[in-house]
Formats: sequence, C-alpha cells, structure tokens
Amino acid sequence: MQVEAQGHPPGVDPHEQHGASTYLIGLGCALVLTVASFWASSTSLVYAPGVPVLLAALAIAQMGVHVAFFFHISSAPDQANNFLALAFGVFVTGLIVFGSIMIMAHLNHNMMPMDELMKMQR
Amino acid sequence: MSTGEQALHGSAGVPLALRGPAPLKVVAGFGFWLFLLSDIIVFAALFAAYAVLSDSTAGGLSGAALFEKPRVLLETLCLLASSATCGFGTLAMFRTDARAMYFWMGITFLLGVCFLSIEGREFASMVAAGAGPSHSAFLSAFFTLVGTHGLHVSMGLIWLIVMLLQVTTLGFDPMVTRRLYCFGLFWHALDIVWIGVFTIVYLGAR
Repeated sequence: MQVEAQGHPPGVDPHEQHGASTYLIGLGCALVLTVASFWASSTSLVYAPGVPVLLAALAIAQMGVHVAFFFHISSAPDQANNFLALAFGVFVTGLIVFGSIMIMAHLNHNMMPMDELMKMQR
Repeated sequence: MSTGEQALHGSAGVPLALRGPAPLKVVAGFGFWLFLLSDIIVFAALFAAYAVLSDSTAGGLSGAALFEKPRVLLETLCLLASSATCGFGTLAMFRTDARAMYFWMGITFLLGVCFLSIEGREFASMVAAGAGPSHSAFLSAFFTLVGTHGLHVSMGLIWLIVMLLQVTTLGFDPMVTRRLYCFGLFWHALDIVWIGVFTIVYLGAR
C-alpha cells in the first residue's frame, strides 16, 4: 500500500494490507497474556502482595499488544496524529483513575468513622 | 531522490501546507479514533468509581465470593477471538471478498452473542442471589461498569447487522467500507476495555 499523503488512519497496516499475520501474532500474544493473568490471580508461586502489580503489568502489556497489532498504531511519522491522540487519551484516563482514587482515599482517611459520627449526632 | 519525486512517493519531504486535503478515509478513521478515545475516557470514569466503591459492600457478599473465574475466562476468550475474526473480516472487506467477509463477520457476531449470553446469565444469577445493583455501592458500580460495556457490545452487534445488510444491498461502496472499517475499530476498542474489566473487576476482586 502506498503511503497516504496525509498519514494513514488507525486500524490499517501500511505495509501489509492483505495479510492476516499481524492479527495472528496479536491473537497469540494476547492469549498468552490472558492465560498468564488468570494464572497469576490464583497462583501461590508469586508473593501475594505483588500479585496486583503483576496483574497490572500483564493488563498494560495486553493493551499494548491490542494497540500495536489490532489498531496498528505506531510512532511512525505518518501516524503522528493517531499517536498524539492516543497519548492524550492515556494521559486523561490516568488523571481520572489515579486522581479519583487518590482524592477518595484522602477523604476516607480524614473522615471520622461512621459509628462515632452517629454517636455525636445523638 | 529529488523533491518532486518525494512529493509523488511519500509525505516525508513535503511541507504540511503543500500536501492538500487528507483523503476521506484518513479523516473518518482519525475522527473515529478520537471518538473511541473519548469513549475510553467515559469508561475511565466508571473504572474510577468502581475502584473507589469496590470495598463498600454494605455487609453483603464481596466480589471474590460472587465472581466465577472460569466463566470470566470463557467470556474473555470469546471477545478476544471475535476481535481477531473481526480483523480477518476487515481484511476480506479490503480485498472485496464478500464470501470471506460474511464468514468472518458472522463468526464475530456469534462470538459476541456468546459473550453477551454468558454475561446475561451471570447478571441474572447474581440478581437471583440477592446481589442486585440496589444492594450496595459496590454492586451498583459493578453493574454500571460491566453493564455499560455489555451495552456497547450489544450496540456493536446491532451495528454489525446493519453493516452486513448495507453490504448486501449496496455492495462494497466506499461509504459502506468506511463504516464497516469503523465498526472494526469499535470492536477492537471494546476488547481493550474488557482487559481492564477482567483485570480490575474479576481478577482483582478481594
């Protein structure tokens, strides 16, 4: 496929439009990572407090596999628009999720326990 | 390579102002990509709500007691396989191979229906066990997050039927291919959201 004059849209592999190999590679990697996630959640081989970190790493890796092999997003020059939009989306997602968790954890921490609050109101 | 040759063969050496308008396919693809990213931000808000409320079980059962992992693994495999078959269907569409396109998109549709029926059965059994969305903040957040994803999958299936009917009636018209290609992007995005759901909601349940 010829390089488009204005970059190319997500989801289209510029080098191999008629082959299924990127989808097969993506499917294989995603399957391995999925099975690894389910294994990690129920194994006793991994130090228990480290399991959430391992699960997060596996999930982020699998999201990366999907973006690279199913969406065909890369940091190539003709994909600058797609890549910058993705970076902004990831940034806002991180702000919302981690910001909410942090704020709510602080609020919980500073809040009087509910039963003492009830006692004061009597 | 001279500047003229570069202008003919690639975008690298040509200033942005001289490149002319982008083709419709690029504009539509990029616009739909922006829509998908904003849809993922909607899910980010629901994930944040779930993460904050997941311990507020109001004395009811927690996630670890309610969720069944084998069922979730089956749902995950359905959705993952349907993402790949959807990719094969999109490739068949690009080479205007109608039979292969119907075949792969049909499998995509069936796998989506499998996913929804497993999820529907899970919701029904939870509601029957008294763990409906009105029981606790944790269950409200759970049903909102997972239900919104399920609603997206249902909408995607309706969209897929409409697109297959459009291919049948209009053929591989540029407008129809563009829409079917956007459907493929939508379907891959739902799979990415599901990775977050099964990791945070089901595998991270305490």
